[in-house]
Amino acid sequence: MFFTTPAKLHAHGMLGMNRRNVSYISRYNDRRYYPLVDNKLKTKQVAEKAEASTPKLLGVVEHQYQVNTLSHILELYSEFVVKPAQGSQGKGILVITGRDGDYYLKPSGERVSEADVMRHSSNILSGLYSLGGKPDVAMVESLVHFDSVFDDFSYEGVPDIRVIVFKGFPVMAMMRVSTKASDGKANLHQGAVGVGIDLATGKALHAVQYDRPVSHHPDTGAHFADLAVPHWDRILPLAASGYEMTQLGYLGADIVLDVNQGPMILELNARPGLAVQIANGTGLLPRLQAIEALRHPDMSTDDRVAYAIEQFGNTAKQ
Amino acid sequence: MSARVQVYLLAFICISLGLGLTAYKKIELGFPLLPGEQRSVWTVEAKVVFNAEDKPVKVSLALPDSDPNDIVISQDFASPGYGFGWDSEGVQRRAEWARRNATGPQTLFYRLQLFHAPVRTPLEASTPPEVIDFSHLDESTRIAADSLVTHITERSADAKSFANELVRLLNNPQSNMDMSLLLNTENNSSMGQKVAIMMVVLNRAKIPARIARGLHLEDGRKRQTLTELIELYADPHWILLDPETGDTGTPDNFLLWQRGGVSLLDVEGGSNSRVTFSIIENSRPAKALAVALGEDTKAALVDFSIYSLPTEIQNTFKHILLIPIGALVVVLLRILVGIKTSGTFMPILIALALIQTTLFVGLAIFLTIVSVGLWIRSYLSHLNLLLVARISSVVIVVIIIMAIMSVLSNKLGLSQALTVTFFPMIILAWTIERMSILWEEDGPKEVLIQGGGSLLVAVMAYLAMTNTLVEHLTFNFPELLLVLLGIIMLIGQYTGYRLTELRRFQAMVKEH
Repeated sequence: MFFTTPAKLHAHGMLGMNRRNVSYISRYNDRRYYPLVDNKLKTKQVAEKAEASTPKLLGVVEHQYQVNTLSHILELYSEFVVKPAQGSQGKGILVITGRDGDYYLKPSGERVSEADVMRHSSNILSGLYSLGGKPDVAMVESLVHFDSVFDDFSYEGVPDIRVIVFKGFPVMAMMRVSTKASDGKANLHQGAVGVGIDLATGKALHAVQYDRPVSHHPDTGAHFADLAVPHWDRILPLAASGYEMTQLGYLGADIVLDVNQGPMILELNARPGLAVQIANGTGLLPRLQAIEALRHPDMSTDDRVAYAIEQFGNTAKQ
Repeated sequence: MSARVQVYLLAFICISLGLGLTAYKKIELGFPLLPGEQRSVWTVEAKVVFNAEDKPVKVSLALPDSDPNDIVISQDFASPGYGFGWDSEGVQRRAEWARRNATGPQTLFYRLQLFHAPVRTPLEASTPPEVIDFSHLDESTRIAADSLVTHITERSADAKSFANELVRLLNNPQSNMDMSLLLNTENNSSMGQKVAIMMVVLNRAKIPARIARGLHLEDGRKRQTLTELIELYADPHWILLDPETGDTGTPDNFLLWQRGGVSLLDVEGGSNSRVTFSIIENSRPAKALAVALGEDTKAALVDFSIYSLPTEIQNTFKHILLIPIGALVVVLLRILVGIKTSGTFMPILIALALIQTTLFVGLAIFLTIVSVGLWIRSYLSHLNLLLVARISSVVIVVIIIMAIMSVLSNKLGLSQALTVTFFPMIILAWTIERMSILWEEDGPKEVLIQGGGSLLVAVMAYLAMTNTLVEHLTFNFPELLLVLLGIIMLIGQYTGYRLTELRRFQAMVKEH
């Protein structure tokens, strides 16, 4: 059998794309707040205002003529990330982890010239990576140094943690780790592994690659059962605070762990995908409906996190 | 009211309005639901010939009554040198030709085009007929007729059965003395003998009756004369009766030309006058007929419709009205199935291009242009061009590819490839650009998924849009757009799983 039945999916509480769009995104996400998440520069501003930590902004290229002066900014740094402020699905992100003479090094070890970096920035300005091709700005951000405890679980890339936050409650989380197949990117459809994370403990529950279960990292061979996210107690409140920052009822918070500065919000997403369900091996619907049924959902961030841990944490249930 | 209820309500209104208007057009205005339906249009030509006697001429011809079952499309009068006028003073509509002076044989034409409805409604009640004066009857005829009336009255219940019995006796005169006598008396009226006898007997029996004349509509008939029928007044309807067979009711394909009235043709200042008829049947598309009639009667749905636009613009609309069908296909395949396409409505544009080029040629052209375009684009990406300049370059390259393909195919004698110009070039260039980015970022597999998805949806849309029934319905019943709108709104509320999700989430369900 190549197909399952709608009844079975429903029994597992799986949220489908149509239902996500109609019943959650369009109902709980007011369009006027979209720019806060669709524009990463604005996200950074609201995050800083809320005193939530984010990677440091090294520079912004807003106009074509500034592209040539990019090298002056980049001279100061040997590692950085160039990304479009309005990119979607991780498109147009250039990660530089070092230098080799006149060349920059990508995480894969591939060398790119300064001209390549400038062309990339120019493409960003022209709107190549933004929705609908509207003109964009390029951001240069500091590179996140991921905690070395994850070296075994990631191949050449920065793993991130995606937390689905509904009405301010964290409802489900997963870690996305890059593989050789995903070219160091944490994009699941490119072959990154999604690891479901227990909301209560930060420990791995289940892992999938290409929507199929895996137990070991395909490149490093590390066992996902051994994975535990440090600073878990700081990650959920940070993700949950995305609700106050953006007023978006249904959002995905992408969080990275810097070895020195701890958890940081990398970006927020108003249309988070459904792969988190596969990574966790369970559906979102029962959790979303539990929160919709709450009589007094106006709680403080800490209370919301506590509620989520108690209700949706794996250890709590056992 | 919640948004959901509003959607249902609005969709319901749209769908019922659309279906209602469609039903109205079908039933009331006669628009055909299926393409290619044909209706018969009859052309009847009355030819009046007479010899003019070198003095003022006046010709009066009875014209068909406005029977609700016969819809007159056009009528004209060919009568060189004659003045023409209507006379509608009496019960019967008449045409009148007049000329100060004429000599020798004269010919006048009256031509009528009409649509003859196959389903007949009964003839309307009208005033009882004027009593025809039979006072000139001689004694023996009158006695025979009266005796016949007594004889038949005993054997009949009402006017209709009286007439039926009368016809039976007419056809078997040897069984009745009076009838034989009547048939033997000389008949010098303008009517046929049987008709004359019936009129006399019915008159003596005090049954209101009159003569009706008409034509049997049959293709290719020439030099026809009018058939005479008897019309009985059986309150509140008129009943037509065939004096030959006794059949009642209007015969099939029978055009009533004259009901009651005095004479068919009057000629003053001429002799040897005669009127003959010829009949031609033409098939006309039922739609064209409905449009013509709708315009004629100023039916709002026809008068204020696409048909009132110039033909050239109508043809444009023919294509525009197909776009919603493509949109429906896209909606179905994306929301219910979950096929990935590059650009939401790109498939519709491809489908529109395919309509111009035909399916396989179009697909070949599309694949060629996109592959060559991707190859050129990958080279351009090394040249460090700004995005807009690069896409513009791709546009120009695409045009060059098209030009080359057109010239080559022309040399090879393939005319279809010449229609490549219908491909939306800017869109093609953007597609090439996006696919190229997709290739760089997500790899060739994703390009195949999205490109293949786009083509699959485009082909499905093409098949739906080129369906003759769909084409016919969208153009002739544009109000069906409302139905489509309602359906799309309802699908927009669909929160169930997509077909592809049943596959995607399958592994997850299996584990448990």
